[in-house]
Amino acid sequence: MMDSLPLLVAATLNSGTVLAFAALGLLINERAGIVNLGAEGMMLVAAVAGFATVVHTGNDWLGLGAGALAGAAMAAAFGVLVIWLNTNQYASGLALSLFGVGFSAFIGIRYTQEKLGERPNFQIPGLADIPVLGPALFRQHPMVYVAIALTVAIAWFLYRSRSGLVLRAVGESPESAHALGYPVRRIRFAAVLVGGALCGISGAYVSSVYTPLWVEGMIAGKGWIALALTTFATWRPARVLLGAYLFGGVTMLQFHLQGEGVQVPSQFLTMLPYLATIVVLVLISRNASFIRINMPASIGKPFFPG
Amino acid sequence: MPRFSKRSFVQLAGWSAVAALAAVAGCSKKEETTTTTAAPASAPMAAASAAPAAAKGPLKVAFAYVGPVGDGGWTFAHDNARKAVEKHFGDKVQTSFVEKVPEAADAERVFRDMAGQGNKLIFGTTFGYMEPMLKTAADLKDVKFEHATGYKQAENMRTYDSRTYEGAYMAGVIAGGMTKTNTLGVVGSIPIPEVIRNINSFTMGAQSVNPNVKTKVVWVNEWFNPPKETEAAQSLINGGADVLMQNTDSSAVLQTAGKAGKYAFGWDSDMTAYAPNAHLASSIINWAPYYINAVQDALDGTWKGGGGVWWGVKEGAIDIVSISDKVPADLKTKVEGVKAGLKAGTFVIWKGPIVSNEGKEVLAAGTNADDKFMGGINFYVKGVEGKVPGGEKK
Repeated sequence: MMDSLPLLVAATLNSGTVLAFAALGLLINERAGIVNLGAEGMMLVAAVAGFATVVHTGNDWLGLGAGALAGAAMAAAFGVLVIWLNTNQYASGLALSLFGVGFSAFIGIRYTQEKLGERPNFQIPGLADIPVLGPALFRQHPMVYVAIALTVAIAWFLYRSRSGLVLRAVGESPESAHALGYPVRRIRFAAVLVGGALCGISGAYVSSVYTPLWVEGMIAGKGWIALALTTFATWRPARVLLGAYLFGGVTMLQFHLQGEGVQVPSQFLTMLPYLATIVVLVLISRNASFIRINMPASIGKPFFPG
Repeated sequence: MPRFSKRSFVQLAGWSAVAALAAVAGCSKKEETTTTTAAPASAPMAAASAAPAAAKGPLKVAFAYVGPVGDGGWTFAHDNARKAVEKHFGDKVQTSFVEKVPEAADAERVFRDMAGQGNKLIFGTTFGYMEPMLKTAADLKDVKFEHATGYKQAENMRTYDSRTYEGAYMAGVIAGGMTKTNTLGVVGSIPIPEVIRNINSFTMGAQSVNPNVKTKVVWVNEWFNPPKETEAAQSLINGGADVLMQNTDSSAVLQTAGKAGKYAFGWDSDMTAYAPNAHLASSIINWAPYYINAVQDALDGTWKGGGGVWWGVKEGAIDIVSISDKVPADLKTKVEGVKAGLKAGTFVIWKGPIVSNEGKEVLAAGTNADDKFMGGINFYVKGVEGKVPGGEKK
């Protein structure tokens, strides 16, 4: 058990990173008052875009960039619908998800049998050789560290910068922000684009780094989990990251316990990650005012500038 | 007085855009299924040969798949066999398929739809279609139903299966010879007898060349979920396993092994291309002999429901292919020996004495397991770690 603990930690960080990118993107959306249920669809389209790019260029970073662009493009369509045409956010988001599932399968047909070359291994020179800590923390894909840096950056942006304050104002009370002269619709649109790009990076990370292949429906519900995470984390960036690691950790732990031959039905273990999130949710919602303070007041509501 | 404001008009436009998006999503799906039907039995060809065929159109055959055709594994193998049927019979048959049909009540609607479109022979290619297919078969007596891996039959419904455990055993022989840590890992899908049988057979194959081998098992409780399969494979590798096998439908386990510098096998279809360095061999199912046989029966009018067949290496339904150059020659010879024995019927995998991992003798010395025994395996053999989850019982 002790030998495999660092490996378990490493796998947890890797698994949590996928959720963290998507959930951070959705957090920015929701802080601006927009709920985008299309995460799953955006991630799928980004996954195929990212994978195709890596197949043709052999460069993971270009793949992640292509994923970000694809996610942002999907989000742009969604943004125009809900921000300027004032369609229902939930219905449009669901449509985006359904569309993404079908569309990614359609454009991905020719890539299902493609394979990527040998995947490089990453490690931080020096630190990677520290016993226990090295294999646990310092042999990860760079994106794992980027996720942590991004969380810090987003927290700083939301709570310490002026534009972050404006973004939150738009999510709390678009009318007031509008009255003060802020371009509410354009700010919301920018938030939607960034959210889509981050979901896209997450999708491309899945198809080019995490599980380097493309098959239809390969995101397998991670987009929905990321959506739930933002709520569980009460729209706070640090909690989103912790939640992503918690979910990743419980997922990996249950496989680990099975491998160790622990005498618990595997069906129960499969249930664990979901159970853990529900427990966290219950603990958080014991204090109702806590959620109300953190929840953007105008989330999901359309804004009509007079 | 009602009037159209600019806002409500804009809103209407938005809603129709949403509807259009959804419609496009729906269409892209449909396109996939219809294009493949049209190509082989194109109109002019059919017209030319229609005259001698006594004004009888081609036999319409439909397939319901649980996964996407592009899974590279289970469904891919079925679809290859469907293509083989088209090639074999030419314009005498017209095939079509619907992919990603859920293992639930929805399947019944798909079967009825297929019958409504004039299909006279319908294949359902996963265990979970059993009840929906049985219900449909009871109503539509003039349609012939074929159900894979199930055990319930009707006068117009029969079952077929392949002895995937023979492939698992042969993979095990290779795994037992290749492991350095004496620890094998299996990513299991759903704990039904078929899958447990494969895990056991894999272990028995490995023990035939290396008695010290033990097998770790991790269940993902799904047939197809690449990220989850990756995580399960990673946890097995973390636990010390250096040769992996999977009973899930994608190539994720093989690729994870490749990334970690370990070995693994292809399952259901030849998966060499996904990770050439990690790939030891592929245990494949060839459904084509059975499908061609079944279609021939239907064309000849000799098709009879109510029975079930279970084909293996002997009938050409199971094979181990693309054995890697990393596998030493003597090990290859051993595998070829097993294959030849299975083909000739001289070698029996499930032969007593067999002891469960709880130390109970489940099959007495000198007896060969019959198919009833094989269909009810819910124990791990000696060498497999852990306990079978109390899953579905056949």
